[in-house]
Amino acid sequence: MSKIIVKDRDGKEHILNAEKGLTLMEIIRDSGLDIEALCGGCAACATCHVYIGSKWIDKLPKMQDDEESMLDQTFDLKPGSRLACQIEFIDDYNDIFMELAPK
Amino acid sequence: MLKTDIVIIGAGPVGLFAIFELGLLNLKCHVIDSLEQIGGQCSELYPEKPIFDIPSQVKINGNELVENLINQSKPFDPVFHLGQQANQIKKLEDGYWEVQTSANKIIKTKCIVIAAGAGSFVPRKPPLENLKEYEEKSIFYSIKDKSIFNNKKVLIAGGGDSALDWAINLSSSCDVTLLHRRKEFRASPDSVKKFFELESIGKTKFALGQLLSIQGKNGKIESITYKNEMEEITNNYQYLIPLFGLIMKLGPIVDWGLELDSNLIRVNTENFETSIPSIFAIGDINTYPGKLKLILSGFHEAALMSQKAFKYCNPEKKLIFRYTTSSKDLHKKLGLK
Ligand SMILES: Cc1cc2nc3c(=O)[nH]c(=O)nc-3n(C[C@H](O)[C@H](O)[C@H](O)COP(=O)(O)OP(=O)(O)OC[C@H]3O[C@@H](n4cnc5c(N)ncnc54)[C@H](O)[C@@H]3O)c2cc1C
Ligand code: FES
Repeated sequence: MSKIIVKDRDGKEHILNAEKGLTLMEIIRDSGLDIEALCGGCAACATCHVYIGSKWIDKLPKMQDDEESMLDQTFDLKPGSRLACQIEFIDDYNDIFMELAPK
Repeated sequence: MLKTDIVIIGAGPVGLFAIFELGLLNLKCHVIDSLEQIGGQCSELYPEKPIFDIPSQVKINGNELVENLINQSKPFDPVFHLGQQANQIKKLEDGYWEVQTSANKIIKTKCIVIAAGAGSFVPRKPPLENLKEYEEKSIFYSIKDKSIFNNKKVLIAGGGDSALDWAINLSSSCDVTLLHRRKEFRASPDSVKKFFELESIGKTKFALGQLLSIQGKNGKIESITYKNEMEEITNNYQYLIPLFGLIMKLGPIVDWGLELDSNLIRVNTENFETSIPSIFAIGDINTYPGKLKLILSGFHEAALMSQKAFKYCNPEKKLIFRYTTSSKDLHKKLGLK
C-alpha cells in the first residue's frame, strides 16, 4: 500500500497508509493526527495548511484560485505551503513528505 | 431587561430553523450572533456555492437557503441581536437563565439553545509576538472611526476586498501601505485597478510580503517588519490593520460547565439536551454516536429539541402533535387565514 509521511507539530514523523482518491487532508485527519479541517475540505478555512517537502512541490498539480486565495488568509507561509484538502492522493505520490503548519 | 422563552445562540441555518419549530409550539425566540449578518457558515463561507442535499431542494446556494429560512421564521417575529457574542450564562433562583452578550445586553430566558456551529466568527489574527499588547490601541481588525488614522502611517495587511477597499478609502486621509504576499488579489477587479492607479500617483504604497514582527511599547507601534522571498524589511508605522478574513472559534461556551467531547457539546438524541437541564445544543456544535455534520441533521435536531423545550416553558400543558398541512391552530400561527 502507498504511504505518506507526515511530520507533526512536535517534530515526530508518522507514516500513514494512503489510498488513491482520498485527499491528503482526509488521510491525515482519519489517522487521528491533529489537523482541524474545519470546512471539511472546501478550501474555505485554511486549517489544513501543510508544508510539502521541497522535492515534491513541483510534482503536485498547480494551485487553483480557491486555494491561492485561501492561502492569502493564512500565516506562516513557506514555499511548500499547500492546503492538504486540495490535493488528491495518487500512487505517484507514494512516500510524499509533508509537515503540519502551526495552528 | 429582555425576557423570552428561548435564547438561541447562533443564527446559522440550524438556529434559524429552530425559530420555526419552536414558533409552531408558541415559544418566542431571541437569537444572538457574533456576525452582523444572519446565516452562519452558509452566508459567511459559501454564499454562492450550491448545496445539493437539502431535502426537496435539488440545488440551492448558501444565500438562498438562508433567505428561505428567514422567510419561514418570519411569522414568529424572532428578535435578533447581531454583532455580539453570547459571553456568559447564569442560572437565577426563579429557574430562569440570564444570558449576557458582549454588547452588555442581558436576556432572561427559560431555555437556552446553543446552535453555535464551530463557534463564533472572529477575525483571523496574525501570529505575532505581543499582539495583545497592541490590540485596540494600534492594531484594529475592523474600523469604526477612521479619523484616528488621519495623517498617520498605516499598514494594511491582506489581499481581499476589505483590504483593498480600506487602502483606497484611507488613501485620502493618511499615509497608507498595503502589504500582501503576492501581486494577485482575490478582489473585485475594479478595486485592484483603483488601488494601483492611486499607487502610481503616490497616494498609496504596495509592499510584497508577510508580517513578521512589531516593534513598539505601551501598545504603541513604532515599526513593523515584514519579509518576502528576498529580504526582511522594517519600516515605521503607527497603525496596523490586519484583514485576513474570519475564522470560527468556540469562545466562551467552553467555560459554561457543559460536558464536552473534543470541543463539541455532548447531547442525548431524544431531545438534544446537554448535561445541564434546559440547555440544548443542535447543529454542528453537538456530538452523539452517529452524528453527521449536515444541515439536515440539524433540522431534525431542532424539531425534537423543541418538544422538550415546550415542556420546560409550559410544565402544565399537554403537547398535542399536529401537522402543518391540516391544523387550523398552526395555520393561525403561520398567519394564514
Ligand atoms: C464550504 C462548505 C460547504 C458545505 N456544504 C454542505 C452541504 O453541501 N450540505 C450540508 O448539509 N452541509 C454543508 N456544510 C456544512 C454546513 O454549512 C453546516 O453543517 C451548517 O452551517 C451548520 O449550521 P449551524 O447552524 O449548526 O452552525 P453555523 O452555520 O456554523 O452557525 C453558527 C453561528 O453561531 C455563531 N456563534 C457561535 N458562538 C457564538 C456565541 N458565543 N455568540 C454569538 N454567536 C455565536 C457563529 O457566529 C455562527 O454564525 C458545508 C460547510 C462549508 C464550510
Ligand atoms: S479543510 Fe478547510 S481549507 Fe482545507
